[in-house]
Amino acid sequence: MRAPGMDKSKTIQAVGFNLLRLVTAITVIPIIGLVVYIVVKGAPAISWEFISAAPSNGMREGGILPAIVGTLYLTLGTALFSVPLGVLAGIYLAEYAKETFLTRIIRVAIINLAGIPSVVYGLFGLGLFVLFLKLGTSILAASLTLSIMTLPTIISTTEQALRSVPNSFRVVSTSLGASRWQTVRRITLPQALPGIITGIILGLERAAGETAPILFTGAAFFLPQLPHSPLDATMALPYHIFVISTQIPGMPIQIQYGTVVVLLVFVLGMNLIATLIRSSARKKRQW
Amino acid sequence: MKRSGHTGDKVINAVIRVTGYSSILFVLLILIFLLREGLPALSSTPLKNLFSARWYPIEDYYGILPLFLGSLLVTIAATLIALPFGIGTAVFLSEVSPPWLRDILKPVIEILAGIPSVVLGFIGILVFAPFIRKFLDIPTGLTAFTGAVLLGLIAIPTIVSVAEDALDTVPNSYRQAALALGATQWQTIWNVTLPAAKTGVLTALMLGIGRSLGETMAVMMVTGNAPVMPLQLNSLFRPIRTMTATIASEMGEVAAGSQHYEVLFFIGIILFLLSLVINVSASLVSTRSRGRAERLLS
Repeated sequence: MRAPGMDKSKTIQAVGFNLLRLVTAITVIPIIGLVVYIVVKGAPAISWEFISAAPSNGMREGGILPAIVGTLYLTLGTALFSVPLGVLAGIYLAEYAKETFLTRIIRVAIINLAGIPSVVYGLFGLGLFVLFLKLGTSILAASLTLSIMTLPTIISTTEQALRSVPNSFRVVSTSLGASRWQTVRRITLPQALPGIITGIILGLERAAGETAPILFTGAAFFLPQLPHSPLDATMALPYHIFVISTQIPGMPIQIQYGTVVVLLVFVLGMNLIATLIRSSARKKRQW
Repeated sequence: MKRSGHTGDKVINAVIRVTGYSSILFVLLILIFLLREGLPALSSTPLKNLFSARWYPIEDYYGILPLFLGSLLVTIAATLIALPFGIGTAVFLSEVSPPWLRDILKPVIEILAGIPSVVLGFIGILVFAPFIRKFLDIPTGLTAFTGAVLLGLIAIPTIVSVAEDALDTVPNSYRQAALALGATQWQTIWNVTLPAAKTGVLTALMLGIGRSLGETMAVMMVTGNAPVMPLQLNSLFRPIRTMTATIASEMGEVAAGSQHYEVLFFIGIILFLLSLVINVSASLVSTRSRGRAERLLS
């Protein structure tokens, strides 16, 4: 015997599920559409000259090499500071720290760092690195600013990757006479490495695409030459997109979309690499 | 027998310990430098001026109220847009979607999380704002609403991933019990799974609000940069200016140490404190709920 009202609740369920499908479609389809649209509009602008020449004629012609190189420098500079610091801090939280009051404070600090608006990082970088430490608007000051912004991502993913290594690995290593650091270096760290690398790439990906933190710490409106030292200011792809879409009248539309495509390839390429590392590590894992 | 630590070990252990504490140091440094540069605004600018309704730095009007309300309006509107789509997508992915579809959709949403905000602002200016202007027949498409839609897009990946995690941690026995009692899958989602994941969903919402409030580039590019009080009914469809956009667009042109510079840092202090409150309370909510869930299951 069927319960009365069963048909009605089945209908409600069908309507509800379709509503969820619709909502998901409205969320997902524009994302795909957005990326496809940008690529279609920007792809014709991409040529060897576009990625290998400096801008000319008030940036309305030529290429965007200084911006590409600048973003590479800033990303590498950010990695230089944030990777060692973030990975070691993640090791501390996963392998060394006991659940004390101080550890809780560290966690609150990390959550707080992750939530600070990017433009506030820009203010901080201006106050500390550019003015107080007198680094000027430079690649160094911008990289340091981006590093601190990236830190919470790297710390959290490192900690999570290490925590997912089964405890038996540590017990066996310790019982064979290894010290804590030896266990970390030879056993847990290698096992957690794919997860850690994924986290690093995702953190750097965000840094590479950020504009607000570098606005007053290192980004330059226009530089015909490539930067010579870490103390030079630099052009950067995200800031360049902002400049050519809002500050320069009569900017050819194709160059604008082309620049966006280059940044998207850079950023989403990193995203893809991270995803591939994660999924291949998951397949290979013995535990 | 106790193993004596090698000197190398001692050094590396000390280094690890120090880096472990570094996050606290950085938060303090950020706070100290914001206060150092921003607090003098309170003495250089009369409070009556600072909390007035007029922002016009050229004539020394530094009223942050329109900027604060601008941020508030855009954030609320963005949250109202992002919430149904974010939670709906999370519920679909976690409870309804077949696994193969889920494996396709999750990376797509991660792509959205990876798109830099300046790119969304760019599309906002070139495509979305003209569309809004034509569609709603208003003088300019650079409005609070345009910004709110972009911010909604930016907040959605955060909301989806946190809410989905929360739904995933609801024990399957809850669902099975509800289904065994004759509830449909839909009734189970509404009456059992979502309420059980309530605090996680709340955390997702708060983190989404935090993202929207702090977002800079996209909002600066599409909201029209007009520091007016958004108090009319149609303010949502008029240009406004947020706190973040004000800092980003004006800091480049002011002299270090000037009154204008100090006030911009003062706005930075406000943003810092707001994000502190939102993020710390979001984490408190989620740790408390985890504690409760563990007690229930033990």
